[in-house]
Amino acid sequence: MGTTLLWITVFVVVPYLFVLVFSFLTRDPDGIVTWTFTLNSYRGIVSEVFLKVCKNSFMLALGTTIITLVAGYPFAYFLTRIGERVRRFLILLMIIPFWTSSLIRTYALIILFKANGIINTFLLALGWIDEPLNILYTQIAVFIGLVYTLLPFMILPLYSSLQKLESSMIEAAFDLGAKTRHVIFHIVLPLTMPGIIAGSTMVFLPALGLFYIPDLLGGARSMLIGNFIKNQFLTTGNWPLGSAASVLLTLIMCLFIWVFFLSSKRAHTNSMENAA
Amino acid sequence: MKKTIRFVYLSMIYLFLYIPILILVIYSFNNTRYSTNWQGFTLKWYTELFADGALMEAFANSLVIAVSSSVIATILGTLAAVAFYRYRFWGRQVMYSFIYVVMVSPDIVMGISLLMFFITLGFKTGALTLLLAHITFCLPFVVVTVFARISGFDRNIIDVAKDLGASELQMFWHIMMPMLMPAIIAGWLLSFTLSLDDVIVSFFTTGPYFEILPLKIYSMVRLGIKPEINALSAVMVALSLLTVTVSHFLIKENR
Repeated sequence: MGTTLLWITVFVVVPYLFVLVFSFLTRDPDGIVTWTFTLNSYRGIVSEVFLKVCKNSFMLALGTTIITLVAGYPFAYFLTRIGERVRRFLILLMIIPFWTSSLIRTYALIILFKANGIINTFLLALGWIDEPLNILYTQIAVFIGLVYTLLPFMILPLYSSLQKLESSMIEAAFDLGAKTRHVIFHIVLPLTMPGIIAGSTMVFLPALGLFYIPDLLGGARSMLIGNFIKNQFLTTGNWPLGSAASVLLTLIMCLFIWVFFLSSKRAHTNSMENAA
Repeated sequence: MKKTIRFVYLSMIYLFLYIPILILVIYSFNNTRYSTNWQGFTLKWYTELFADGALMEAFANSLVIAVSSSVIATILGTLAAVAFYRYRFWGRQVMYSFIYVVMVSPDIVMGISLLMFFITLGFKTGALTLLLAHITFCLPFVVVTVFARISGFDRNIIDVAKDLGASELQMFWHIMMPMLMPAIIAGWLLSFTLSLDDVIVSFFTTGPYFEILPLKIYSMVRLGIKPEINALSAVMVALSLLTVTVSHFLIKENR
């Protein structure tokens, strides 16, 4: 216990404090930083360049979260309605892509999207298109890539919260004359809210940071916050600015955790009230 | 009708997830370098893969890091999970929640924070810094996996052992360890997979002289697709498939 606590302190908490401290330091063109306090980096993250990256990245992450939620929710629900034996197998089928390298899964998409890749060859053969579609190196490819890699991260938390939902509660509501719409909006959704938030956290946050997806699928134009941070450390050498952007990412994470906390508290009291 | 909709919907999502992976695997056996068409079955790309010295070295490096980081993380994580279960101490709940926070915190932030930490302290990034970083992100997964199993325990078993005169250490070795074993192995396998596949944290914490497989693949893929990468990816997918399936059945035994 002591060792793990020490480990987390040394390799998580302390490095994180470094990020916080560096975000207030001045960039030094000759070395890395000088120890002069400044808010310049925070001015940098409200600059036009960064706001553009942010907007693009937020839209992509939001879109990815919505699509995976809308596609994943019915999927997770259907899973809970399936017989035990088959379900176990189907869940394993969902866990496998969850744990398979997303770099390799992204690479698999390149094979599909290339100008002479599977999709184009197929569509050309069918005669639906006359010349190859440009899919690779577009914003659409980045979007599909994010949805493809992150879908299992939405489905698994949704499934585990739907599984905990007691079907007796739904039956009771129907018996008391509730309409399907009401059951969904007043019982099922509020009680599975923690799962929805957990899934959204596990999709939204990585969707801001997975820099290799735009690198491989999007060409030069599309950039995530992750690419921006990476560039500050690798190409421009502006550690304070990269740190400030990381602080921003962490604040977004805290927001998600806080919402999760609230929603699980509410779901808990809701189910207590319903039970009483 | 309802059943049909369910079947079609579930199949569609699974097809979406698996078709790209399947195509990748099929292509790794395709006897052509440039064309998309099927030109016959070959194992050529696999033999070329194993003959490529640089790739094999990166693979060996990856294995060394994955094995050592997962073993260390498993030992530390298991002890932490046992302590969380056995002892009530101040801040226990907060600390357990913090482990979850570490699990969801963005990889890129962990990567750059460790990079700054190591460089400021004067470490040269390389095998050692990479190992420390990998242990760090594997730890929470082990704690959570083992703790999930431990919390299902009947506390009476421990009390009985203590009543019969077992010391804390005897109790740990003879009672808890055998019961925890499936979760410990599962946590270890998951850490191994996590370490073997990681791109983002490794990207910032390894140095130019210590190449590992995912980063090697990343730099190769940026230059375009190659049949050798198909073969390599197929091998990696097979490895994940194996570790995940085994750990899935081990965790399932919990219930």
